[in-house]
Amino acid sequence: MDGVSNEVLRLRAPRHQVSRKSITLWTLHALIGWAVLLVPQLVALVFAASPWQVAAAVATLVLGTAHTLVMPRWRYRVHRWEATPDAVYTLAGWLNQEWRIAPVSRIQTVDTKRGPLQQLLGLSTVTVTTASAAGPVLIEGLEHGDAVRLADELTTTTQATPGDAT
Amino acid sequence: MTTELPAAPEYAEPVVDWHRLDVRMLVVRPLNELLGLVPLFVGLLVLGKGETWRILVSAGVIAAIVLFGLLRWITTRYRITAEQVELHTGLLVRKRLAVPRDRIRTVDLTAKLGHRLFGLSAIRVGTGQRDQPGEDGLTLDAVSSAEAERLRVLLLTTAKAATTAVAAQERTGTELSKWDNRWLRYAPLTLSGLVAAGALFGFVANFARELDIEVLDPMTEAAHWVARQPLGLTVAVFAGVVLLVATLGSALVYVVQFHGYRLTREPDDTVRVRRGLLTTRSVSVAEQRLRGVELVEPLLLRAGRGAHAKTVTTGLGRKGESNLLLPPAPVTEAHRVSAEVLRQDRSPTLTPLRRHPVAALRRRMVRAVVPPLVLAAVLAWFAPDWTWQVVLALVPFAALLGWDRYRSLGHALTERHLIARAGSAIRETVALQRTGIIGWRVSRSFFQRRAGLVTITATTAAGDGAYHVVDVAEADGLALADEAVPDLLRPFLELAD
Repeated sequence: MDGVSNEVLRLRAPRHQVSRKSITLWTLHALIGWAVLLVPQLVALVFAASPWQVAAAVATLVLGTAHTLVMPRWRYRVHRWEATPDAVYTLAGWLNQEWRIAPVSRIQTVDTKRGPLQQLLGLSTVTVTTASAAGPVLIEGLEHGDAVRLADELTTTTQATPGDAT
Repeated sequence: MTTELPAAPEYAEPVVDWHRLDVRMLVVRPLNELLGLVPLFVGLLVLGKGETWRILVSAGVIAAIVLFGLLRWITTRYRITAEQVELHTGLLVRKRLAVPRDRIRTVDLTAKLGHRLFGLSAIRVGTGQRDQPGEDGLTLDAVSSAEAERLRVLLLTTAKAATTAVAAQERTGTELSKWDNRWLRYAPLTLSGLVAAGALFGFVANFARELDIEVLDPMTEAAHWVARQPLGLTVAVFAGVVLLVATLGSALVYVVQFHGYRLTREPDDTVRVRRGLLTTRSVSVAEQRLRGVELVEPLLLRAGRGAHAKTVTTGLGRKGESNLLLPPAPVTEAHRVSAEVLRQDRSPTLTPLRRHPVAALRRRMVRAVVPPLVLAAVLAWFAPDWTWQVVLALVPFAALLGWDRYRSLGHALTERHLIARAGSAIRETVALQRTGIIGWRVSRSFFQRRAGLVTITATTAAGDGAYHVVDVAEADGLALADEAVPDLLRPFLELAD
């Protein structure tokens, strides 16, 4: 390490934030997930309401509300991305966070993908795959236009790089 | 057919015409499948009282297998051109596979018992392409053993002019390691015997019940007799029997799997592992595709100073331990083989490792001790007293395991390799070629953040695809990653205030 002291080394945040609309997207995801848990419980309550069931339903409701309120905003503050001529760099997560770095010279494919909710909000996910079986580098929650532009850019630089990326 | 070239018998001319699989497969495939179905037929015919439907079903199954084999043989063709290997197969669903030859990483020859009786081998060509999970590369099942050997050399010899000269040399190769009878003493430490004995017992018991054979009754009587004996004797006899069965079983499994083991470096720069008593396998890995070596030491094997080794490489199927480099053997042998295979004077796996911070020990201890404590508390509520007492008595052992897990943690960097070690019940030491690293992941859970730790993951095209340096101090881990692959991480690092 040339002159850089180990004690104080850390990863800096990637340069760009994701779209603010991602908060809405994550909120919707959370709502759907908790609804799947809660609705059957409520239906069951209509037929027979033991104290245990009521307690479980109330706990689900409280946890669900807290998660739906906190998680999307926390995530929005964490999620960031950056693409340099040499590498793609992302940070994602909330309680557990993960930085991912993929060198452009090792990129195999670049795709954009939009689920139904993302289409509704005009968002896209950019998926950058390498030859590793450990999964791709994902940039979630970009404005669709930005995502397409980024994917094109990465595809062009990747094609200009020789080798088979393994 | 190829044009006959009388001279140069060793020269591997690319095959351009379409070839069929060996015609002997018409016999071998049904034979192999029927061997697996023998219990079924015994069940249907011998045991039954000769009802017509049982005979009809058996005949139908056999006919279907033979017909299927015939169709497969008729519809399957392959050819090897200068650029690629092509395989056409299937009657209703036509499948056309083409693998570019410069993408071929490994060639795996497998000969089951049926194949060997007729001098045949199945070839699997591995490419390291992971686009289609479940696709297990390109398989030719089967061709004659001579043809298989010819194809192996041909496929692993890239179409460069220089290498054909090498291929023309004698094909003996240098021997790096071979079967040693003394290795058998590591067999009982693998527990494979217990597993095999358990599976066999389950199979026999199940089968016996199917056949209404009175195996269980005499055994129940024996159990009653045993129960009448003093407890100490019962335990001793039981332990003795289990130990004996496990030892014999594991030795048997070891011999069947690994007999005739030979590790060689071939003149065409491939590393080749040959092994097997009944089913023989020969796995060849192009050396330039070898990304490292992994040393595996399960707890018992480690106690006996043994280890087995795996290759870290692209293009090997997941099935049947095709990445095996060395069967359970002395750990010194494992280090020696690693050094030989990686062409290093001293095995990277012997590099002194950097310990991880004490916070990592705390995490190991919490993870080891808290679950049994919680379980004990829950059992104290619901279950009889002795259950939570037993669980509580296990806590010290859990703590020992946690301590050992911490002692296993370590990482190091050599000139060419990144070394990471983790695990207690199965301790794995990986030496990963630094040039084989194709990305980094740095993950930090909520609790890791409070402890100032991160898990650094090197992603690679080979082996498991990702190798972890678990619970390392944040700054140390980042410095390690930065040094291992120069210039990749550097633009994203900063100094904390």
